Amino acid sequence: MALRISLNINGTEHGVDLEDPRPTLLDVLRERIGLTGTKKGCDRGQCGACTVLVDGRRVNSCLTLAVSLDGTEITTVEGLADGDTLHPVQAAFIENDGFQCGYCTPGQIMSAVGLLSETGGKASAEAIREGMSGNLCRCGAYAGIQDAVLEAQANIAKAGKS
Amino acid sequence: MNIFDYERPETVADAIKAASKPGASYYAGGTNLLDLMKAGVRTPDSLVDITRLDELQRVEPQKDGSLRIGAMVRNSDLARNALIQKDFPAVAEALLAGASGQLRNAATVGGNLMQQPRCAYFYDPHSACNLHEAGQGCDALEGVNGKHAVLGWTKTCIAVHPSDFCVPLAALGALVEVDGPDGSRQIAIDEFYRLPDASTPPGSALKQGEIITAVTLPSDAKHFAPRARYIKLRDRTSYAFAIVSAAAMLHMGDGRIKDARIAFGGVAAKPWRAREAEDALNGAEAGEAAFRKAADAALADAKPSGDNAHKIELAKRILIRALKAAADGTPATMPDLPGSVFATGKEAR
Repeated sequence: MALRISLNINGTEHGVDLEDPRPTLLDVLRERIGLTGTKKGCDRGQCGACTVLVDGRRVNSCLTLAVSLDGTEITTVEGLADGDTLHPVQAAFIENDGFQCGYCTPGQIMSAVGLLSETGGKASAEAIREGMSGNLCRCGAYAGIQDAVLEAQANIAKAGKS
Repeated sequence: MNIFDYERPETVADAIKAASKPGASYYAGGTNLLDLMKAGVRTPDSLVDITRLDELQRVEPQKDGSLRIGAMVRNSDLARNALIQKDFPAVAEALLAGASGQLRNAATVGGNLMQQPRCAYFYDPHSACNLHEAGQGCDALEGVNGKHAVLGWTKTCIAVHPSDFCVPLAALGALVEVDGPDGSRQIAIDEFYRLPDASTPPGSALKQGEIITAVTLPSDAKHFAPRARYIKLRDRTSYAFAIVSAAAMLHMGDGRIKDARIAFGGVAAKPWRAREAEDALNGAEAGEAAFRKAADAALADAKPSGDNAHKIELAKRILIRALKAAADGTPATMPDLPGSVFATGKEAR
């Protein structure tokens, strides 16, 4: 059952031929498009390493059939920076040591970007911890991750006002 | 994952036609179904993608004051909906107490109702489980069963329904709107789920091809808005299924409880409305003594199905806590930790 889908990934249109409907968005991004920034951790929606934005909303790409997303806009960690200028969430992760081994980091960053757009820039530390609970970090860099998201929130608010 | 056919019909009628074939399954948020397919527990011949059916995406106030929620509304959108927050705050709180931000963005109203149990033996295709096939037996009976049912179970199945959202729906007497090959019908949520009996595992009222099109919250459910809470006990503060949870809602008049609504999550194969507890509260003065009496009434028939006798007392305590929180008033704003026993106090609305 061959299927052709079209995905706008980080601003570029990609036509993808699927041999059958099984590939998840995660597998299409990594194996077909070659964007390996999005990580496969548990592949079951429990760890958040595969988090991307679909039409601006954060989802687990491992639990989404690519065929169902035909015509949507996907943002992965590769699409966040503006040239050499990092996205405020990326910059804040570096500034606050929001990682150790780095494997969960693309998912953490994409989840944080999604969370900040959901909360409208008013999230408390507690709300951020709750909102980021779908992203596990086995190194335990949670303190840095929380501080990074708080700082990114503040910086985005500042940039919005100036 | 097995190979399957994929269809994305343009209308509900076409979707019903496609899903009426044996082996067909509806595909919505995918958060539970794909997980089960990866585990090899579900092996559908075809998936009917209903995510883009416009007619299922709306939240619409009805002329009679009820609120009709389309089956494809995503959990996060519903939790943020102004009408839900204003009139049915415990529904919003339960939605936000469930899963993770990513999953809530994908998961749908209909899919939440159709969630399958998280029993480890159901999730393992090599274990005996009557939900795999009636007659297989139940490995959970002699297995790791500390989180299994204490109400409404039989030796056929001791798994619990995992939903948070369905708990306040049960308390409010929500109606499930179903369409299918034989036409449409409305089913009270209490009748939508079938408990296990001596030979049949639990299930839903849906027949092959039938689809949930909407869930309707009745207009009289609104008078609970000032005193409505959902409290959920879990192994970690966020992103975990309930050990036990309770929705508690109070409608007060002349200093007494005029009408109470109570339902539990995590105790049975369906969201468990506790009418005995409601009856015990109606006309009573809100307070510890009445709440304890209600809790005892709610769990009077409970019995452990394994290493889970503690859940009976836990359920009572969670109900008392939820009733106290409800009596204190619905918070003016959603707590940062929705449904949590660790939620910090905020002013009542």
